[in-house]
Amino acid sequence: MEKENFKIVIVGHVDHGKSTFIGRLLYDTDSIPPDKIEVIEQVCFELGKPLEFAFITDQIREEREKGITIDTTQIFFYTDKRDYVIIDAPGHKEFMKNMITGASQAEGSVLVVDANEGVKEQTRRHAYVLGLLGLRENIIILNKMDLVNYSEETYNAVKKEISEFYKSIGIAATYVIPVSAVVGDNIATKSEKTPWYDGPTVIEAIDSLKKHDDIENAELRFPIQDVYNIDGKKIVVGRIESGQIKDGDQLFLHPGKREVTISEILEFGHEKHSADCGESTGVTLQGASDVKRGEMLSGRNSSPIETTKIHGTIFWMFPMPIKVNQTLAFRCNTQEVPCRIAVIKKRIDSSTSALLEENATTLGETEVGEVIIETDQPVLVENFLDIPELGRFVLEWREIIVAGGVVTG
Amino acid sequence: MDYLSELESKSIYVVREAYSRFKDIGLLWSMGKDSTALLWICRKAFYGKIPFPVIHIDTGYKFKEMYEFRDRLAKEWDLDMRVAKNTVAIEAGMGPHVGSKIDCCNSLKTQALKDYLAELNLKAILLAIRRDEHGIRAKERYFSPRDEDFKWNYEDQPPELWDQYKSSSEGSDHVRVHPMLHMTELDIWRYIQRENIPTNLLYFARDGKRYRSLGCECCCAPGDSNATTIEEVIAELETTNISERSYRAQDKEDAYTMQKLRSLGYM
Repeated sequence: MEKENFKIVIVGHVDHGKSTFIGRLLYDTDSIPPDKIEVIEQVCFELGKPLEFAFITDQIREEREKGITIDTTQIFFYTDKRDYVIIDAPGHKEFMKNMITGASQAEGSVLVVDANEGVKEQTRRHAYVLGLLGLRENIIILNKMDLVNYSEETYNAVKKEISEFYKSIGIAATYVIPVSAVVGDNIATKSEKTPWYDGPTVIEAIDSLKKHDDIENAELRFPIQDVYNIDGKKIVVGRIESGQIKDGDQLFLHPGKREVTISEILEFGHEKHSADCGESTGVTLQGASDVKRGEMLSGRNSSPIETTKIHGTIFWMFPMPIKVNQTLAFRCNTQEVPCRIAVIKKRIDSSTSALLEENATTLGETEVGEVIIETDQPVLVENFLDIPELGRFVLEWREIIVAGGVVTG
Repeated sequence: MDYLSELESKSIYVVREAYSRFKDIGLLWSMGKDSTALLWICRKAFYGKIPFPVIHIDTGYKFKEMYEFRDRLAKEWDLDMRVAKNTVAIEAGMGPHVGSKIDCCNSLKTQALKDYLAELNLKAILLAIRRDEHGIRAKERYFSPRDEDFKWNYEDQPPELWDQYKSSSEGSDHVRVHPMLHMTELDIWRYIQRENIPTNLLYFARDGKRYRSLGCECCCAPGDSNATTIEEVIAELETTNISERSYRAQDKEDAYTMQKLRSLGYM
C-alpha cells in the first residue's frame, strides 16, 4: 500500500533551534546518508565547532558562518507510517517573505519555542502567519529543556503562554512537547529526564497529524491556465482546483456564465473520460469561441463569486509600506488584474495580534491588514474557508510579490 | 489522486505556467533520468508537440551512450533539438584535467549555456534539478531569476506563495524554472516505471556497477550494484544509505563547490 505523504513547516523565533531540531530529527532516524554527515563533520571541524545538526539544512556558506537560516529549505524524512517533506523556515524578522514561502506549502506545523527564553516576538508572528494560512495540524515543541534542568514548572509556564496566544488567534496545537534537540530528548525516543511528561515523542506526534482532503468533494472550479491549438483542436488546459469533470458535462464559463459543454477530456498517450480534483488536464469545449487564461469553468448549480470588491486579510512582506489607493496587481490562481487597496479597516501588529489603527492609510512590513481591495475588472474568488485554492491571493507591485492574503468575504 | 500523479500534476502546471508567462523558453536536456523525465512531462503538457527548443549543453566529455540516446529520442519524438558547446574553450584546451572542476564546469557548461541563451534570446529555461539532490538545490524556487551576470542571488530570492511565481524576466537576464523540485530520486524512478520512460542503460548494473548520477564521463564514477532493471533499482534505492551524488567528482572538490558554481550560473 502506498505510504501517505505529508508536508510540515518548522517555525519559531530566531535561535530557538529550528534547524538543529530538524537536523536531530533526521539524524536520530538515520535519514541522512553517512557521506553527507561526513561532509558536515569536516565543515564543523574547519569552523572549530562541534557537530552542528543545523548544518543539515543550513547549506549556504553564509548561513553556516553566521549561524542563521536565511532561506527556507525542504528536506525529506521518513517514518514507518509516512513520507514527510520537512520545510525549514528562517526565524529572523527580515526573512519573513522566505518564512511565508515555506509555510504556504505546508499541511501542518511545528512551532519551536526556546523553553529558556520563552515566547518571543517572532514566535507569535510565526504563529499568527500559521493562523492566517489556515493550518489546522499544529504541534508546539519547547526546546532546550536541558538549559532549564527539564523543569516541569518552566514547561507549564511557557506552555500556558503560547497556548493562550494560539487560542487568541483561533488556532490550536494538538501537543506541546518538551524536548532538547541538541541532546535528543523526546525527539525519536522518550526521555527519562521528563518523567512528568506523559505525551508522545515528536515522531509519534508528527505521525498523528491528519491530512485534510475536504476539497475533493466540493463544487467544480477549473481555472483556465492556457489555450493550445494542436492538430486542429483548441485545447483548454488548467488544473482542477475542486470537484471533478467527465465527458459531456454541461458547465458555465465565467465571467459571464456562458453555457459550454465538455466535448473531450484529453491526456497525451491515453484515453480519458474524466478528471479529478488536483489534476492538470485539458479539455475541448462546445459553445465557447473565445476562451482565455484567467477564466474559469464551474458546474451550472454553483458559481464562483464574481466581484470587483474583495474583503480580505493580508500580510505585507515588503520593506516599503503600502498606501491606500496605490496601484498594485491582484493575482489569484490564474487571474491577474490591476487593483488598489481601497480601505485598510484594521492595521494589526502580527507579533501581538494587537490592533494598531482603524481606517489606516498605510500598512508596513510584517503588519497585517483587514482590507477591501478594488480591482479594475471582475475577478472570480471564493471565501478562503470554503475553497482555499480560490480564496488566497498575492499582491504585486512592479512585478514583485509584496503581500499574501486570504479572502474573507 | 495517487501521490505520483500529484507530483506529475504539479510539474505539468509549472511547465505550462512558464510557457504562458514567458513564451520564449527552452528545456535543458542532459539525457539523464531527471531531464528525460522532465522532457516526458513536457510532451504530456503539450500533447506531444513541445513548442520550444530542447537544448543539450555538450562539454564533449559525455558518455557515448548519452549521445546515442539523445539522437534517437530527438528523432523519435520530433524534438527541436539544439546542441550548445563552448568550442572556443575546448579548442583552447579547457577540460577536466586542466585546473579545477569548478573552472571546467564553469567554462564548458555554464559559459556554453550563457552564450547559447544570448544567441536564442530566451527569457526562461526549464531544468530538472531536484531539492533532494543537494542541500543548495534544496534552497531553490520554482521560478528563480538570474541577473545579467548569470548570478543567483540566493540571499534575496523572490517569495513564492500558492503557485504564484515570478511572472516576468524584467530586471533579470533570464528565469530558471524548476518543475521537478518536489520530486525525489525514488519518485523519479517510480515515475519512469509507471510511464515507461526510455532510460539510459548506464543507470543499470554491468559487472556489479551502475551509475546513480550521470554527468561527464571523466567526473562520474559508478557504484556497487546488481540492479539491472527499474524494479531492482527501486528496490535498491528503498534501502540504500548512500547519497545520489556521492560519486560526482565536483561535489567532492570542496564543501561549497555547488554553491560557488550555482552562484555563477551553473544548473
